Amino acid sequence: MTVRVSEGKRAERRLGWLLCAPAAIVMVAVTAYPILYSVWLSLQRFDLKFPDEREFVGLSNYITVLSNEYWWTAFGVTMLITVVSVAIELVLGMGLAVVMHRTLVGRGLVRTSALIPYGIVTVVAAFSWRYAWTPGTGYLANLFSDGAPLTERASSLAIIILAEIWKTTPFMALLLLAGLALVPDDLLKAASMDGATAWQRFVKVTLPVMKPAILVALLFRTLDAFRVFDNIYVLTAGANETSSVSMLAYNNLLRGLNLGIGSTMSVLIFISVAIMAFIFVKLFGTAAPGREEGRR
Amino acid sequence: MADIVLDKVSKKYPDGTVAVRDVDLEIADGEFVILVGPSGCGKSTILNMIAGLEDISSGDLRIDGERVNDKAPRDRDIAMVFQSYALYPNMTVRENMAFPLRLAKLDKATIDEKVNDAAKVLELTALLDRKPANLSGGQRQRVAMGRAIVRNPKAFLMDEPLSNLDAKLRVQMRTVVSRLQRRLGTTTVYVTHDQTEAMTLGDRVVIVRAGAIQQVGEPQQLYDHPANLFVAGFIGSPSMNFLHASVADGRLRTALGDLPIGSRVRGLLSDAPENLIIGIRPEHFEDAALVDEAARAKGTEFEAPVELVESMGSDKYVYFTVEGERATSAELEELAADAGASDLPTGGGANLVTRLSAESAVKEGENWRVWVNLEKIHLFDPSNGRNLTLHEGRAAGVTAE
Ligand SMILES: Nc1ncnc2c1ncn2[C@@H]1O[C@H](COP(=O)(O)OP(=O)(O)OP(=O)(O)O)[C@@H](O)[C@H]1O
Ligand SMILES: [Mg+2]
Repeated sequence: MTVRVSEGKRAERRLGWLLCAPAAIVMVAVTAYPILYSVWLSLQRFDLKFPDEREFVGLSNYITVLSNEYWWTAFGVTMLITVVSVAIELVLGMGLAVVMHRTLVGRGLVRTSALIPYGIVTVVAAFSWRYAWTPGTGYLANLFSDGAPLTERASSLAIIILAEIWKTTPFMALLLLAGLALVPDDLLKAASMDGATAWQRFVKVTLPVMKPAILVALLFRTLDAFRVFDNIYVLTAGANETSSVSMLAYNNLLRGLNLGIGSTMSVLIFISVAIMAFIFVKLFGTAAPGREEGRR
Repeated sequence: MADIVLDKVSKKYPDGTVAVRDVDLEIADGEFVILVGPSGCGKSTILNMIAGLEDISSGDLRIDGERVNDKAPRDRDIAMVFQSYALYPNMTVRENMAFPLRLAKLDKATIDEKVNDAAKVLELTALLDRKPANLSGGQRQRVAMGRAIVRNPKAFLMDEPLSNLDAKLRVQMRTVVSRLQRRLGTTTVYVTHDQTEAMTLGDRVVIVRAGAIQQVGEPQQLYDHPANLFVAGFIGSPSMNFLHASVADGRLRTALGDLPIGSRVRGLLSDAPENLIIGIRPEHFEDAALVDEAARAKGTEFEAPVELVESMGSDKYVYFTVEGERATSAELEELAADAGASDLPTGGGANLVTRLSAESAVKEGENWRVWVNLEKIHLFDPSNGRNLTLHEGRAAGVTAE
């Protein structure tokens, strides 16, 4: 049996498309060409240092990159930064969101001050972290270590992650705050009456109800974190195997001027991000926040 | 099961709003009490204080003789049904109903048994595995009731549980609620602003206005012997007719003519103001042609033009406009505002709603003679709304000696 769609429904759907169209067209116009062009470049041997050797090589760049240990180290570093920072941001952001949600007095002040880190340009913040961790002059370096933390791999990664968390937890909190506002008061009251403690109310009512908002926040942040670049660029410049995949692609493209390999890396990053988005949307059923029980 | 006692309970919100003022109320074990009043009068606040969802600013709340002011909701063993139903959207009907039992750490077999029993009572068995989003309004309402009854609490609190249902379903659910409460015999406090629900459901009705209790009593008692103008106007549909009246030469001068008053009432009125409000329920009028000799003596007759006749089959609602001053008081304005009638055009004179026998030959547009039963009339003091004819808790009309 075919599902008949009423005239009104169809008109509504058409309007929906029309309203999306301008944004979609602009987005395609701006992104489609660069994406397709990088794909095209990634299929060629193309090094600006040897422009004469340019030729179509099919997938051989991909084989080169995917069998290269630097790529996989960078990939591991990127995943580590992504997973650890997003996980910690989720917990801290949730705490911050709950605080912002609960505060009755000075709400505006609390929200504004929580958002300050997010308002600072990443590179500026990264530099202040770098100075803070520089031995001799930095206050954090003097306080916490006697070596030079940015010259060792583990401590460098920790500092990169710290800078990421410090910077984007407010963003996470803001997204989660929107989700918290979606939890009806009556639901929490009902849970109190049903005998739930504050913690049980949070875990069994608040979290499940705001799950869509949490997934959206995680999706945004995961995709964002996977492309981590500025903090690493400023803090370590990729020294001691702290390069992320973006950093590696940048080095190949703009430092090495190897357009073929660099583009291949860009395309691989693009594919990774697409896979992650796909997992979130299809497997976890991430939908826009506030959407009514869409699919289950 | 338990009795609930409110002892001078008041609520002041942090912003300074005093929502509830010195409420004294004793609810007996197993009793079904209705809190009714216009919007914003503090009904939900009272209920939430009993539940423990709002702190009590002053006064004592005792459940089963024990002061529970400082107990958390979960330690009071009370179940609540919300107007929004407050079903957990992520859980199935079964999980929703099992939730309080799971929190109480009952074993799985017991939980299943209790949920199945409650589901059977409320005819939810077929819906147990659905999510709330896929239920109709009436079904959601029943799930909310089910979640309340599964754990056998000391008391039920219900905050306008039926007001999100359409009229027909509301009537059906009313009987469901009523039967359920009778069956379980659990102390119940039920908030509504629907006076039909108030009159039909409860053992006793508490009328609340602006955070203060106006009168507590059985529905019939409130109807027959309202303590003040507010109660008189709030209870009854169509509501009581109010007219201006003044005492002169031992008689009451009203738009219906000069009414005789008995000596007892004259005694009650001795220190009353000169200007009064007279209240007459629609059913205390009758077509003069249909009143027998014996009854005629208990009342008086007047003639007025018929504006509109609504035949209900069993009787007729007849609307008159009578010349004369309309009654005015703060209470009446508040009631009109609550009924959404404050800005209806009223024209000159006073409007009367009467309920006459179906046999009456009354016709629209004609002048008709109507008899009014003076034994059932109430007199109110417009300044404070007090019912002046109330004597030893009973209203006795104006002719009784
Ligand atoms: N959290 C609050 N802070 C301040 N004032 C409040 C708060 N909650 C309620 N009030 C006020 O207290 C009064 C009583 O509110 P309440 O909700 O108890 O009314 P109600 O009788 O339940 O009305 P309704 O029939 O509309 O539900 C109202 O004037 C309301 O504005
Ligand atoms: Mg209310």
